[in-house]
Amino acid sequence: MQLEKFHYDNRIVKWFAFATILWGVVGMLVGLWASISMFYPAANLNFAPTTFGRMRPLHTNAVIFAFVGNGIFTGVYYSLQRLCKARMFSDVLSKIHFWGWQLIIVSAAVTLLAGFTTGKEYAELEWPIDIAITLVWVVFGINMFGTIIKRRESHIYVAIWFYIATWVTVAMLHIVNSFEYPISLFKSYSFYAGVQDALVQWWYGHNAVAFFLTTPYLGLMYYFLPKAANRPVYSYRLSIIHFWALIFLYIWAGPHHLLYTALPDWAQSLGVVFSIMLIAPSWGGMLNGLFTLRGAWDKVREEPILKFLVVAITCYGMATFEGPMLSLKNVNAIAHFTDWIVAHVHIGALGWNGFLTFGVMYWLFPRMWNTKLYSKKLADTHFWIGTIGIILYAIPLYWAGFTQSMMWKQFTEEGQLKFQFLETVTHIIPMYITRSIGGSLYLIGVFVMVYNLAKTVACGSFIANEAAEAPALPKVVVTHGKEYWHRWIERRPMQMLLFSFIVVALGGAIEFVPTFLVKSNVPTISSVKPYTPLELHGRDIYIREGCYTCHSQMIRPFRDEVSRYGEYSKAGEFVYDHPFQWGSKRTGPDLAREGNKYPDSWHYNHFLDPQSMSPGSIMPSYVWLYDDKLDTTKTPKMINAMRALGVPYEEGFDKVANADLFEQAGKIKKNLKDNKIDVASDDEVVALIAYMQRLGKDISVQAVK
Amino acid sequence: MKFIHYLEKISGVSIFGITAFLLFSIFFLGVLVWAAKADKKMIDEISHLPLD
Repeated sequence: MQLEKFHYDNRIVKWFAFATILWGVVGMLVGLWASISMFYPAANLNFAPTTFGRMRPLHTNAVIFAFVGNGIFTGVYYSLQRLCKARMFSDVLSKIHFWGWQLIIVSAAVTLLAGFTTGKEYAELEWPIDIAITLVWVVFGINMFGTIIKRRESHIYVAIWFYIATWVTVAMLHIVNSFEYPISLFKSYSFYAGVQDALVQWWYGHNAVAFFLTTPYLGLMYYFLPKAANRPVYSYRLSIIHFWALIFLYIWAGPHHLLYTALPDWAQSLGVVFSIMLIAPSWGGMLNGLFTLRGAWDKVREEPILKFLVVAITCYGMATFEGPMLSLKNVNAIAHFTDWIVAHVHIGALGWNGFLTFGVMYWLFPRMWNTKLYSKKLADTHFWIGTIGIILYAIPLYWAGFTQSMMWKQFTEEGQLKFQFLETVTHIIPMYITRSIGGSLYLIGVFVMVYNLAKTVACGSFIANEAAEAPALPKVVVTHGKEYWHRWIERRPMQMLLFSFIVVALGGAIEFVPTFLVKSNVPTISSVKPYTPLELHGRDIYIREGCYTCHSQMIRPFRDEVSRYGEYSKAGEFVYDHPFQWGSKRTGPDLAREGNKYPDSWHYNHFLDPQSMSPGSIMPSYVWLYDDKLDTTKTPKMINAMRALGVPYEEGFDKVANADLFEQAGKIKKNLKDNKIDVASDDEVVALIAYMQRLGKDISVQAVK
Repeated sequence: MKFIHYLEKISGVSIFGITAFLLFSIFFLGVLVWAAKADKKMIDEISHLPLD
C-alpha cells in the first residue's frame, strides 16, 4: 500500500506546554498568596485587587482554565495528531486557538483583579470574555474535528472519545450557565435567579470539574500511560464502559453541591443517587490505569514519569471515592461549607491534574527536543517534594474542616451554642499555616521542574515538524467479525459528537425542566420584595468584592444553624437574586439573616477595620469603600435590567430610582451621624450597609402563599 | 423572561427520577453487551494504537 508522508506539528504543542508551565506557576503563586492572607490578613495589603475576595477567583480561574486548560491543549494537540496519523487540520486555527486562549487568560486576570465578576463560582468572567471563550472553543472544535475527519487511521481511539465529549459538554455548560443580561461593558446580571440560578450554576460547576478537569485528563491518561509504560491499556473493553457510563452519570450529580439548601428535595435526592453510582465508572477508570502497570511495577521504581502518573491516578481514585461519600447527606451535613471541601478539591487539583501534567511534560520535552531528560534525579526530587506537599496541604485542611464543623454544632448543657463563630476560626489557624507550607513545597517542586525542563531544552534541538508516514485511510474498512451498533459510532466522529451530546443533555434537561416549570418547586412568599436601588448597588459591591468566597447566604435546617443564624432559608426568599449568592464556604459566618443584627455604625467600623470590632478576625479591611462613590448614573439601567429579568418593579420606577436611593442613604447617613460618624450619601460603604441590613428580613412576618 | 410559574403543576414529579434511572440502566446494559461481544482482534488492534 502507498505510504503517505506528512509532518506532525510540534511547535503548537511546545507553545501550549510553555503556557501550561507559565500559568501553572502564576496560578499557584496566587493561590499561595491567598492562603497566606487567611492567617495573616495584612497580606491583603489594604488594596482592592489583592484582597482575598478577588485573589481567590483569580486563583481558581488561573489553575483551572489557564494551567489545566493549556495542559489539555498540549496533550490533545500532541496525541490527536499521532492517534489520527495526521497533522492538525489547520496551522492557522492552531495559532488562533493558542493566542486567543492566552488573550482570554490575560483579560480574565485583569478584569477579575479589577472586580469585574458575575459572582458565579468558576464562571466569574464577564460577558465579553464569555463570548471570546465561546469563539475560541469553536475554533478548537473545528481544528479537532477537521483533524479527525482527515485522519489516516480508521479507528477512533478511546482518548479521542474523551476529547470529543469534553468539547461538546464544555460548550453546552458554558453557554447555558453564561446567559446574562449586560448593563455595561463589564457588568451583567445572571439570567436566572435564586434556586434556579443555583441549580444551573452547580450543574455547571460540578461538570466543569467533570468535563474540564476529568474527562480530557482521562483521555491524556489513556494515551500517555500506555506510552510511558510501553504497553497497551489493561482492558480496552473496560475503557469503553468507563467512557459511556462516566459521561452519562456525571452530568446528573450537580445538585449534591446544594444538599439541605432550598433546592427542591427530589432534585437533591436525584443528585445523591447518581453521585453514588459514579464510583463505579470512576474506579473502573482508575483500576484500568493502575492495572496497565501490572507486571511492570519494577519500571515505576526507576521512572519518575510513571511515579507521577501512578500518584495522579491514585489521587483520582481517592477523590472520586471521596466525592460520592461527600454527597451522602449525613456526611455533607458535616463537610459542606468547611475546609474539608477545599482539601478534597486539592487532592484532585494537585494530585490528579498537577501530577498528570508534570508526568506528561517530563515525557514530552525530551521527545520534542530529541534528547534525554536533563536529570532523572531532579525529576525524582520534584516527585517527592510534590507528594509531601500534597500531604501537608490536604491533611491539615481535612482536620480543620472536621474540627470546625464539630465546633459549630456543639451545644452547652444549658442548650446554648458552645462556641462563637470567631472562636472556631481562630482555633484552626495553625492548620491554615501548615496548609501554606504544603502549598509552598508543591510550588518549589514546580520550580525544580522548570529548571530541569529548561536544561533539557538547552541540551536538545527542537523538532518543529516531525516526519511521519502512514497509508491513506482505505475507502472500505476491513472489519473483524460481526458489525455491532457501536461500530456505527465508533468510527464516525460526528455520530460520536451527536451521541455524546444526547447523553449529556439528558441529565441537565430532566433536572432543569421541573425546577423551572413547576411553580410548587419554588413557593413564592408575598412578603419578599425586590431590592431597593441602594440595596442593589450594595449587592453589586458585595459581588464585586467577592464576599461570597467566604460568606454563605444559606441557612440549612439544622439546630445549630437555626440557633446561630436564625430561621432556615426558604426557596421563595431568593426569587429576585440575580445572581444567587448562597456561597460554598464559610470562612466567615453565614449572612442570610444579617439584617438588623448589628447597628449601621457596627458595619461601618467593621468594614473599615474588622479586627477592631471582632478581635482575631481574619477579614480584610475595605478602606476604599470610604473614598469611592456610587455611580448613580447606572441606577436606571440596573432597574430596567432587573425588570427585564422578571423582577416586578413598577413601570417608570427607573426614573425615580435615584430619588429613592438618596432618601434611603440619607437615613443611614443620619443613623451614622448619631454615632458621630460622617459619611456622604453616595459613599460606597453606605450602599453596602443598606444591603447588609436588608438580608433575610423579608420573612420576619412570614406568609407563604 | 420569567422562569417562574409557567405551569401551575406537573403531577407526579417522581416520574423524573424513575425516567432517569431507567434511561441509564437501559443505556448501560447496551454498552455492557456491546463491550462484551466486541471482536477480540479489533479490540487488540485498537488498544495498540497509542504504541504505533
